[in-house]
Amino acid sequence: MAEKTKDILLGPIFDNNPIALQILGICSALAVTSNLSTTVTMCIALTAVTAFSNFFVSSIRNSIPSSIRIIVQMTIIASLVIVVDQFLKAYAYSISKQLSVFVGLIITNCIVMGRAEAFAMKNPPIPSFLDGVGNGLGYSAILLGLGFTRELLGAGSLFGHQILPKVSEGGWYMTNGMMLLPPSAFFLIGLFIWAIRAWKPEQVEPDDFKMKPHTRVSDAF
Amino acid sequence: MAGKNESVGKTLLVAFLVCVVCGVVVATAAVSLRPVQNENKLIDKRMNILLAAGMYDASQDVNEQFKSIERKFVDIDSGDYVEMPESYDQRTAAKDPAQSERLSGDVDIAGIKNQADVAEVYLARGDNGELSRIILPVHGYGLWSTLYGFLALEPDANTVAGLGFYEHGETPGLGGEVDNPKWKALWHGKKLYGDQGEVEIQVIKGTVESNTPNAEHKVDGLAGATLTSNGVSNLLRFWVGENGFGPYLKRMQQGGGDVAEATDAVESSEQPEGDA
Repeated sequence: MAEKTKDILLGPIFDNNPIALQILGICSALAVTSNLSTTVTMCIALTAVTAFSNFFVSSIRNSIPSSIRIIVQMTIIASLVIVVDQFLKAYAYSISKQLSVFVGLIITNCIVMGRAEAFAMKNPPIPSFLDGVGNGLGYSAILLGLGFTRELLGAGSLFGHQILPKVSEGGWYMTNGMMLLPPSAFFLIGLFIWAIRAWKPEQVEPDDFKMKPHTRVSDAF
Repeated sequence: MAGKNESVGKTLLVAFLVCVVCGVVVATAAVSLRPVQNENKLIDKRMNILLAAGMYDASQDVNEQFKSIERKFVDIDSGDYVEMPESYDQRTAAKDPAQSERLSGDVDIAGIKNQADVAEVYLARGDNGELSRIILPVHGYGLWSTLYGFLALEPDANTVAGLGFYEHGETPGLGGEVDNPKWKALWHGKKLYGDQGEVEIQVIKGTVESNTPNAEHKVDGLAGATLTSNGVSNLLRFWVGENGFGPYLKRMQQGGGDVAEATDAVESSEQPEGDA
């Protein structure tokens, strides 16, 4: 049992990462990772929502009619997201202003919905909760990596503290403005996926189809 | 899933209960956290006023720093000070037909439609009580959204000390660059009015060079955001013009920036109009 709990909790970090393997939740990974403080807040918010929505969905999984199960899950997820948003507005106002619409968009984050449907509907509450935490951690691991790289290379700072002195302020570091723009997150996610799959080759997907060699023109007619 | 869950009654019951429980949870969170959120909003607004005025010091408490700033109310038409309750909110008043005026299209260059009759102004004072900044709330339409911000003026009521927007929905990276500190710094020292008192300030397309005529009235447009730049230009021209704070700023200029005199002059002539 202990081994299984560990699997549920830590599996999604590298073995079954929601972003790197399942390719879910990419949109917010692009949007909120230009600096670390918003990234950390987003990670905590998403982990909390995934964990609690899994817990509540799992608690009532035996009473949910399958015809309305998706909307019941959505209602629970949406309520939790609103509660999280209210808390952020009350206790982390400036960060909640920067995250603006992306906290609300956790509702549509495929990771939350995906875990509720794939795991919480079939498993008891406690493992479901841990599965939510684990997937939140998997999402966080990638996001923190992105946030770290993007803020360090893009602005020369971490959590707003200047690490590399910028040329514009008399230092030596020429900031890479592209890192602050969303496309850079795509490149970085690609590099992360490459690194993880080089380390764990079993994650490499089999080819969907085989490439045929070119045919000579004369063979075609 | 078990068949027992699939009846119409059970479906409706589960849907109803889930909604009730979620509704109660959401409502409880929203209501119980509202006082803290309102406090945050007020601090945020005060911080933006301080930022626009260039007086913000991140190491100190916002409310403490705000003590040197006084909130007053100005009648838009006459430019006189009026008394209003502490709870007066300009944005709410603009939506109330009794407290606002509907602007006709040719006047309304800022695209705000309704203008409150009474506007807030913030007066910052130095250590000896002398006026150091006049801070005016301004707003107007950009490309996608209404921009809300503060315009800070030197005591001569003509020189811009700072401009900052605290709420807008312009495109990040293009119109959203109204938040760029480098662009905001360009406003410093620009003059609102020409020699005859006419509104001269404007955002131009391209860059202001040192040999541009009237460079002291002109600010660089934002690259790739012509419509937002025009919006900022129009909203400023509206708010410092005849239909905005123009009459009030004229008074401040005549008072030579000495607000005590201006206030006295206002108070002696103001009472009847304030009631009307």
